[in-house]
Amino acid sequence: MRRTRLGIAPVALAAGALALVILPLVGLALRTPWSTIGSDLRQHDSLLALRLSLVCSLGALGLSIVLGVPLAWVLARYKFRGRALARALVTLPMVLPPVVGGIALLYAFGRRGFAGRWLYDVTGWRLPFTIGGAIVAEAFVAMPFLVITAEVAFRSIDRRAEDAAARLGASPAYRYRRVTLPAVAPALAAGAALCWARALGEFGATITFAGNFPGTTQTMPLAIYEDIEGGNEGIALALSLVLLAVSLIVLVSLRDRWLGSA
Amino acid sequence: MPIRLRRLAAAAALAAVLVACSSSSKSSAPSTTAAAAPTAAAPTSTTDAPMTGTLNVSAAASLTGAFNAAKPQLASGNPGLSLTYNFAGSNALVTQIEQGAPADVFASADQANMNKLVTANLVGTPIIFARNKLEIAVAPGNPKNITSLQDLGKSGVTVVLGEPGLPAGDYTRQVEQQLGITVIPKSLCPDVKTCITQVTTGEADATVVYVTDVKAAGSKVTGVMIPDNLQPTISYPIAVVKSSHNQASAQAFVQSAVSGTVQQALLAAGFIAP
Repeated sequence: MRRTRLGIAPVALAAGALALVILPLVGLALRTPWSTIGSDLRQHDSLLALRLSLVCSLGALGLSIVLGVPLAWVLARYKFRGRALARALVTLPMVLPPVVGGIALLYAFGRRGFAGRWLYDVTGWRLPFTIGGAIVAEAFVAMPFLVITAEVAFRSIDRRAEDAAARLGASPAYRYRRVTLPAVAPALAAGAALCWARALGEFGATITFAGNFPGTTQTMPLAIYEDIEGGNEGIALALSLVLLAVSLIVLVSLRDRWLGSA
Repeated sequence: MPIRLRRLAAAAALAAVLVACSSSSKSSAPSTTAAAAPTAAAPTSTTDAPMTGTLNVSAAASLTGAFNAAKPQLASGNPGLSLTYNFAGSNALVTQIEQGAPADVFASADQANMNKLVTANLVGTPIIFARNKLEIAVAPGNPKNITSLQDLGKSGVTVVLGEPGLPAGDYTRQVEQQLGITVIPKSLCPDVKTCITQVTTGEADATVVYVTDVKAAGSKVTGVMIPDNLQPTISYPIAVVKSSHNQASAQAFVQSAVSGTVQQALLAAGFIAP
């Protein structure tokens, strides 16, 4: 294989980008009290929070896939009035400060929110302050990452393969499953990884909409917040490192296995 | 596709293993927590009214340390009690209670937020259970030799203050007005912990926060007192939430915060008795 010569400028800029990401992590690692990390982690019920984080972030990813991929498909393939507005609305949670997102969710789905009130009256069931609420809060913030990636993929794949399949008599569902989906799979995987990672780190919308209840809605970022507020910076740093390690392991394994290591 | 699915399953399994590993080490947690308990304020003579059942306490983030410190004592004194805290900013907690959050007790960091729930008739009569004071936080040993709020205006002194809306910052500006001085902060911090971190990392020479924050930061900062005649009234009200199904225990917790186990923990954290 012939190696192309890389210019010095992109390499230097890439090194700068890496440094921007890595140096703060080094700072975090340097300040972590490694000698007490074991007892620090046990002191807070960190494993409860970690498990909840994984459950909620995977739940948010599941919700985002079930709702967000069809949305991306519709946005990419159907022409309708208000499509541009719909596209802009989808990205709104990305610019909204998450705490505001949480308040907005409460105003909609809270027991006295306009939709939540109805839900509560009819079913006696409420979404906020439950694990379901934490999942919805995370999905609210994280779904755009999947929708945007998936929409670009649906728009940019070669439509001729789909057309050929259609002419050969493949049903729409079969076409979608055997032609479209495999073509967009790497982009969907990348979008899903982004979505999951954003959900895992979600803080503001979750603490506002779902509350900070240990065992129910206190995910890792909320547990970290409680430790910082409680003056346990060491525990907070230890928890942060665990969160980073878990996400790093998952993302690296996904990248290698799903996206292919180039 | 099947191969990809299998690989996804492998990744999921890896995550599951991580969780499983974690839960095995969790079994040793209770002993550690129990061992840590005596480091909390160890009041011996305080007696609380009995608490039982599920009790959800929504408390301002600044109360995290003190309320958590009281928890082991409350748990051992009340075997039937299942106490859960919900720590967040006071204003977020107000919105949550308005929207039906499971809360039996609300402990606020300021009167304004408590008043919103009083006006909405969602809480009983609030009681002040703690007070706080402002204090200047500087680098350990006070290298810039700051002795008063006036010194924060000296050239060569980098100051950070809480942003408008953050009570610690608003109180500080109130005191500045009273003194007829204007401190120009290099930056405004969104919360008190960030103000402190800017001082501990050397980004700033001084900030103005609460006495309790200086105490919690330990040896990482030095506190410079602000005279009592300049201190604004900083009081923390607590109230029973009207919709609580556990009124007796909620009332007992409020009482504990005013004069019992929780009050002891508050004093140990540097709060001032009501």
